[in-house]
Amino acid sequence: MRSAGAVRFRDPQIEMAHGAGGKASRRLVEGLIAPLLGGPLLGPLMDAAVLELGAERVALTADAFVVRPLRFPGGSIGELAVNGTLNDLAMAAARPAALVVTLVLEAGLAASVLEAEVRAIAAAAERAGVGVVGGDTKVVEHGKADGMYITTTGLGIVDPRARLSPAAVRPGDRVLLSGPIGDHGITILLARGELDFEASLCSDTRPVLPFVERLLDVAADGLRWMRDPTRGGVASALNELAVDTRLGVGLLEEMIPLRDQVRGACELLGLDPLHIANEGQFLAVLAPEVADAALAAVRATPGGEAAALIGEIRTEPAGAVLSTAPYGGARIVDMLVGDPLPRIC
Amino acid sequence: MKYVDEFRDPQLIRRTADEIRRLMEPGRHYRFMEVCGGHTHAIYRFGLEDLLPDSIELVHGPGCPVCVLPMGRVDDGLALAVEHGAIVTAFGDMMRVPGRRGSPLEHIARGADIRMVYSPLDALKLACDNPDRQVVFFAIGFETTAPSTALTLRRARSLGVPNLTVFSNHVTIIPAIRAILDSPDMRIDGFIGPGHVSTVIGCRPYEFVARDYGRPIVVSGFEPLDVLQGIVMILRQLREGRAEVENQYARVVPWEGNLPALQAMAETFELRPYFEWRGLGFISQSALGVSAAYADFDAERRFELPGVRVTDPKAAQCGEVLKGVLKPHRCKLFGRECTPEHPVGALMVSSEGACAAYYNFAHRRARLEEDAAPAPAAAAG
Repeated sequence: MRSAGAVRFRDPQIEMAHGAGGKASRRLVEGLIAPLLGGPLLGPLMDAAVLELGAERVALTADAFVVRPLRFPGGSIGELAVNGTLNDLAMAAARPAALVVTLVLEAGLAASVLEAEVRAIAAAAERAGVGVVGGDTKVVEHGKADGMYITTTGLGIVDPRARLSPAAVRPGDRVLLSGPIGDHGITILLARGELDFEASLCSDTRPVLPFVERLLDVAADGLRWMRDPTRGGVASALNELAVDTRLGVGLLEEMIPLRDQVRGACELLGLDPLHIANEGQFLAVLAPEVADAALAAVRATPGGEAAALIGEIRTEPAGAVLSTAPYGGARIVDMLVGDPLPRIC
Repeated sequence: MKYVDEFRDPQLIRRTADEIRRLMEPGRHYRFMEVCGGHTHAIYRFGLEDLLPDSIELVHGPGCPVCVLPMGRVDDGLALAVEHGAIVTAFGDMMRVPGRRGSPLEHIARGADIRMVYSPLDALKLACDNPDRQVVFFAIGFETTAPSTALTLRRARSLGVPNLTVFSNHVTIIPAIRAILDSPDMRIDGFIGPGHVSTVIGCRPYEFVARDYGRPIVVSGFEPLDVLQGIVMILRQLREGRAEVENQYARVVPWEGNLPALQAMAETFELRPYFEWRGLGFISQSALGVSAAYADFDAERRFELPGVRVTDPKAAQCGEVLKGVLKPHRCKLFGRECTPEHPVGALMVSSEGACAAYYNFAHRRARLEEDAAPAPAAAAG
């Protein structure tokens, strides 16, 4: 990522867009937070920080969850809080070693709701084989926290085979996407009940580490870069890649896996599926010689059947993402501006 | 997906693009205006300019409701929340449109109660759920959205909802097209007629374009194939020396329009004697206010509004862009002071605004291509 000094934060106040994962979020982090907090250990701004502790490479990450509603088709805030942080570790090719969970609870929250979420946290952690080793609980006044907020901190051990860095990305590398996009964002949008239409759709929240392990088996250091396209969607993740590498990303629109329900909702609402959040997908950049084998490996892993190679890294357009439609028209895909969907994770 | 995939069929699209080339007279330069912002968006979203020869120039028209709304009206709408303490509801398009002291989003961050709705009926529901608050629907749009406001007004009256009002900024498309045709710097060879508006008003109101101004106008849909077929139909007319109203979008647009919708509008709205359009100035009989029969539901009658005219920032050239005289990226502020994140003019806000469409999908590419050495255009995958 760019050196933090390159961006200046001049916005007079915080708005919802600063939390949406697009341009404003990036400006806030790189222009205000990182310059003030970034010590010598602050490396490139990835999903998780990778630290050398003795002989081990350790990944450390934290994530806050403020989704509303708390429960939605396919998951709930508790499960999301575990999977989200584990996936940030997975994007650093790290196996989780421990989780710390902080709960901010609103006075008036039903104990049964809290218990259900704590059980969801326990179940998700157990499924991933990681223990919750600590945490904190705070209570705030009624009306201040939409029921509950959760933050999770994850510690993981980086796979010694992994050599992930934007600097490793080369023109000709291929871009892999693990499955259909937009399920989570559209599910939350519909679950809020503000739109008069329904679709049979579930959040895609899940741990993605099993796919990453298969990728490392097949590709080793041919796996150059990974990112889970959460807030801001695939468009924002790939734009960050383009900016960080000063290379271009060429997408083939028809290769991008997308469910009809998501596509239909996006057509109706004027949203771009590339901007919609995901909670169980990831993007990987792979050396061309290992790309096909890597795709086969992900597809052979349960839940990875719809994975696809959606594009490639090019020298041009440097710093931007260009999507080409099957009929030949092309467009620049920019980062998300503003916030099409409030509070989705 | 039905009604989408068949209009994005690569083979059909290429064949239509070839037909466009065949129909063109060698050496002639064509300027076609797409009146509707939805078309502007589609042209960039689908990269349609890539499929057209350089000698066809698409000029972006005034059919973007947010773009033509003067800043003073935005301030009036915001005053309803800030000074009168009302819950102001608006479509998402409005949320980043700058007023003098910031956009609705910036006002929300400062505590104003402004909420995004997907339909004016959501505003009605809010009013029913909050009987102790005044709820205002900040209505914008052409004849496309006016019927839904009209039906909401009808329902509010039949339910006897005392705390809902409409701040109407509805405008009508025909006077704007006439203003452009009357503009001295008009050099348009033909019009891609608005699709959504025409589902309501039908095709007949455009007859003056052909009859009095001798220009072809083809009402068109919003998929890639629709827009290209619309251009084919305009080119055929030009080639055959005709100037007519034609309907490419017949699967959606009835020639006579939607009579029940027009009736609902006639009952709930009345034409304002004049209304200010951003960039185009005052146009007589071009906008809809709430009718006297629905006076109780009119925010402008119920609340005192500042009603101050606010001139656009001097350097912004929104007006020239709106009239199609200036390309978006030729504006002095484009991409510098004025970006989708920090829009100075409304054309940079709405996804239907020419500047935002140009900025998001095209200009960076144009700039990058200008900067770059020729690169192979081979596709990935």
